[in-house]
Amino acid sequence: MSAVADKYSELQDLGVEVISVSVDSHFVHKMWNDHELSKMVDGGVPFAMASDQAGNIGRAYGVWDEAQGIELRGRFIIDPDGVIQGMEVLTPPVGRRLSETIRQIQAFQLVRESGGNEATPAGWQPGDLTLKPGPDLVGKVWEVWNPSMEQ
Amino acid sequence: MMTDEVVGCGRVTGTVGDDAPSDAHAPAIVGEMPQEVHVTATVGQKAPDFTAPAYHKGSFNPVSLSDYAGSWVLLCFYPGDFTFV
Repeated sequence: MSAVADKYSELQDLGVEVISVSVDSHFVHKMWNDHELSKMVDGGVPFAMASDQAGNIGRAYGVWDEAQGIELRGRFIIDPDGVIQGMEVLTPPVGRRLSETIRQIQAFQLVRESGGNEATPAGWQPGDLTLKPGPDLVGKVWEVWNPSMEQ
Repeated sequence: MMTDEVVGCGRVTGTVGDDAPSDAHAPAIVGEMPQEVHVTATVGQKAPDFTAPAYHKGSFNPVSLSDYAGSWVLLCFYPGDFTFV
């Protein structure tokens, strides 16, 4: 979670709020913040660290691991209407790459601001060409985009 | 400014949507299985709302997903505090 805390100001600049969830109590969250995370990130964790000891939230989001009694590494991008736009679930040993999450948020924000009139091709980064789906683009994507343009 | 929730000894836990008790902060018994277990999180669909005890910048205050309605939200689950990744 320190990786998310470290990029919190970048997320806030994009208008993104963060909630973390695990099966640990909120008291343990405090200890983890005070004794470890605050040594990795100046000022400690700036967002709400939620406690889901019974796994009720984890079940609703499909990340509850019954055998281990834990929540898998699930990451959800939720838009201002409360709709899930992106989700990614990893088993515990592999960490997320936050820069990819930020890229996806920027892409979803662009699509939303365009009213759904623009789409982002594979590997899109802010500033790159977007696609404008419509009759003129059918069968013509190759004229404007190809995989070598992916950064 | 936030006021601290009264910190009791009950083991409070997160609740989802309409399962939230009228007193959202009432202790629930950990390990109790909900009557029905169903996954409702799907891309393109409304995110299940929830309320949970939370630690936030020095205070213990419950957090709900709906607290952030109108904002983008990054919701991150992870296996446990003091684990290694």
